Amino acid sequence: MAPVTEPRPSASDRREHFPLLDQRVHGKPLVYLDNAATTQKPQMVLDAMNQFYQMDNSNIHRGVHELSERSTRHYEEARIKIQRFLNAADWREIIFVRGATEGINLVAYTYGRRHIQAGDEIVISAMEHHSNIVPWQILCEEKQAILRIAPINQRGELLMDEFEKLLGPRTKLVSVVHVSNALGTINPVGEIARIAHRHGAPVFIDGAQAVAHMKVDVQALDCDFYALSGHKMFGPTGIGVLYGKAALLNKMPPYQGGGDMISSVTFAKTTYNELPYKFEAGTPNIAGTIGLGAAVDYINEIGLDRIQAYEHDLLAYGTAQLERIPGLRLIGTAREKASVLSFVLEGVHPHDVGTILDREGVAVRTGHHCAQPVLEWFGVPATTRASLAFYNTKQDIDALVAGIYKVKEIFG
Amino acid sequence: MIEDLYQEVILDHSRRPRNFHQMPDATRNVEGYNPLCGDKLKLFVKLDGDTVEDISFVGAGCAISTASASLMTETVKGKSRQEAVQMMERFHDLLTTEKPPAANLGKLAVFSGVREFPVRVKCATLAWHTLKSALTSAEEVVSTE
Repeated sequence: MAPVTEPRPSASDRREHFPLLDQRVHGKPLVYLDNAATTQKPQMVLDAMNQFYQMDNSNIHRGVHELSERSTRHYEEARIKIQRFLNAADWREIIFVRGATEGINLVAYTYGRRHIQAGDEIVISAMEHHSNIVPWQILCEEKQAILRIAPINQRGELLMDEFEKLLGPRTKLVSVVHVSNALGTINPVGEIARIAHRHGAPVFIDGAQAVAHMKVDVQALDCDFYALSGHKMFGPTGIGVLYGKAALLNKMPPYQGGGDMISSVTFAKTTYNELPYKFEAGTPNIAGTIGLGAAVDYINEIGLDRIQAYEHDLLAYGTAQLERIPGLRLIGTAREKASVLSFVLEGVHPHDVGTILDREGVAVRTGHHCAQPVLEWFGVPATTRASLAFYNTKQDIDALVAGIYKVKEIFG
Repeated sequence: MIEDLYQEVILDHSRRPRNFHQMPDATRNVEGYNPLCGDKLKLFVKLDGDTVEDISFVGAGCAISTASASLMTETVKGKSRQEAVQMMERFHDLLTTEKPPAANLGKLAVFSGVREFPVRVKCATLAWHTLKSALTSAEEVVSTE
């Protein structure tokens, strides 16, 4: 492999691949640092979706005609691409959903409703996104089960000893984020899975913030479920993936009823389809799935090893630059960290920081990032969050830093 | 221009908000919440008949919402309910319409720059929505949504 000396692809490639990035905002060159909210889409992804609607559009799995045969093939090819991307053992373990949120809800409503009983416990971490809290709260309320929260330290790292202490015979599920959207912490999800399995509990990993930044091998992690969102890995919105071990998926009741999820229907009895179709009721997001497949191709062309190494350097550079700014406090300083620079600036509310940065062309996210409990733990109501993708550069970090000095200038 | 938004009066009121304290003998207290940015404020109003005899607030928010609450309390103190509601309407027009600013806005005119920042309009109106609720209904938490 070539040494990582410069961004891959190079700055000029980047403009060519991501047409959106080459624009001015409020008269300044756009610096897009809101990748944890959503990533931009390479031309390859846009072309794949266009091609589908311009040439192949038809419904899948039913038609006998050429167009349906083509769209079915492209749809199922995307599933194989995802299977390889996550190194799943079987293509039937890849279920298309709207996004990671729907993946979590699917498991809560099917696996959860069938297997969680009164007095059972579900363990999550203190750094979860609302989407990995609320579905379990709903389930626990319905079943009179108990939600346990594994604590974190001042750096925003999971306290593994405390986590393990929470597990016991009543633990029926563990659900943890792979990479925290608010802090950037990378959780040791392989170890988490080993510990949970020792206590007989299956493990759900919310991978929404991980898959664009690092290689994920669901077999090596030995997680039972893994969810991702296409739009956070350079694919379109409205498409995501739930991976589940076939043995578990087979035992789960269907999520929604409708077309494609049944093999036969009479008014007396309906027989459900096999995996993965059992969980894919109704005409799916075909164009989105094809776009996601193209995004996987794009990531593979660059290589996740390269992306990870490059982003690691960029994050280190950004951390060093921000730490130098007086009155700035980074929220989330885990030793294992990816992509996120979340911070508060003394005397200035993040909302004001965000508005001023926007006028400098720098797009960041401000607020609680749908992770209110963890920010509350850090004692801040909101942060400003810059989040990176491989197409960001040191110049982007410099523009962020210059923007923060502009904020300080205005607020004196 | 960013300087149109962060005018000196606004920065001053965000750093040193006026009437920024609790009021144990308030006749009304109402909470306002902006879920977009997590801004929260609690407004205390002491009514004497139909007159806002005293008004104060506490809470945490961005510069725009804090300054707006601060300037609002200065503006409506001593006014009648009806005058306060009319002032709110004029303020709302200032932020959301192209109409020329009303002549009798006083210091509130410094918020004219917010119009160019649509996502910040809710920050500026949070305190006023909360006041309206305090003056007109018994609701305890007001949301901008």
